[in-house]
Amino acid sequence: MASVSVAQEHDHAHTHEEATWKGGGSPFKASYGKLMMWYFLLSDAFTFSGFLIAYGALRFSVPTWPVPDFVFSSFPGGIHHKPLLFVTLMTFILLASSFTMVRAVQEGHRENKRGVVVWMLWTIIGGLAFLGCQAWEWTTLMGTEHMTITKNPFGTHTESGVYLMGDGHDIKEGDTFKAGESYLVHKHNGEWAPLKYKVTEGPDAGVVKEQKLGPRAFGALFFFITGFHGFHVLSGVAFLLIICLNAATGLYEKRKNGYEMVEKIGLYWHFVDLVWVFVFLCFYLL
Amino acid sequence: MSQLGYSEAKKIATKTILILAVITIFEVFMALLGKGYIVSGFHLPHALMGALMIVMSVVKAYLIIYEFMHMKYEVPGLVKTVLLPTLLLVWAVIAFLYEGNYWNNSRIKVTNPVKVESLKVENHNGGH
Repeated sequence: MASVSVAQEHDHAHTHEEATWKGGGSPFKASYGKLMMWYFLLSDAFTFSGFLIAYGALRFSVPTWPVPDFVFSSFPGGIHHKPLLFVTLMTFILLASSFTMVRAVQEGHRENKRGVVVWMLWTIIGGLAFLGCQAWEWTTLMGTEHMTITKNPFGTHTESGVYLMGDGHDIKEGDTFKAGESYLVHKHNGEWAPLKYKVTEGPDAGVVKEQKLGPRAFGALFFFITGFHGFHVLSGVAFLLIICLNAATGLYEKRKNGYEMVEKIGLYWHFVDLVWVFVFLCFYLL
Repeated sequence: MSQLGYSEAKKIATKTILILAVITIFEVFMALLGKGYIVSGFHLPHALMGALMIVMSVVKAYLIIYEFMHMKYEVPGLVKTVLLPTLLLVWAVIAFLYEGNYWNNSRIKVTNPVKVESLKVENHNGGH
């Protein structure tokens, strides 16, 4: 490919300016498809930024916000209280699939069909593994912890106090807590069962209160933003499958631009990974 | 399109993924350390943690865009048209977080009528 474009430039060297403005040359030295993929990704970046900025604004607009180390601390196999372990695993799965995608593109550059197909299959497996993890995470949050887009059971104490009743899980009657500590409101027989506690410090000391549900926006933001990202992963897997099949059947061997489709889906796939970096930052790290 | 040879490109990809993995482990380690999960009772200031996490994420973004997406090897015009518009987001982030904080302050005033009364009195006195 490189040699072709050099030859073209040599032929039209004397009319280079004119040729460029007549559509003869490519000032960005990138094909139409790749360039448009870049601009699509730029616009998609603004969409995701809009969501994440809305998350930031709403988070700043309430006095307390669920603590990620408390919310995201379950791991498959009945393991609890392992903060961020599962999402770190998800991050590594996506990073690994980005690496296998790079390898597929490199094999495409040297026209190695087998290499492209094998590395793309690994990428597809990575994408599916990530989606599986997300399905488990959502199931836990919705099924076990009862978070929905309108109800968020993850709260934060604003005062120190002592529990007047236990929840049968981690909290026993008489357990004390400090301001800033997290709690999860459980459900019993389909009804919210907030625990009663007595405030021990501050102006309300001695008053008996009940756990309240956490900021309502949290559930909606979580499911919409991680869902939108997950939908990108899902459509990415679909496109990867199509392009992998095309590569396997030898379609790209016949094409002038070779395995450029692999490069284009590669750009998209890395972008999905890039977005995850910021979703990970906003939801789990900050 | 890469100007690199196959084995050289392969080496760079391996190096990049290792750096990304190390940064991610470091981020999670710092997040847990700063909140007292690793050494009990040890906490790091919230602002420092936030700044560190944002810087680390930007480094990761740079590596993904420049190495994995090959932005390093594109012509400057393409790089500028894609990356410069994202600078608009810097102001969007500042403006909306500021706005969110304003909502929070307004909420405190509304849910705390005593404070609102005292504010009204202050304004009234100030007017005369």
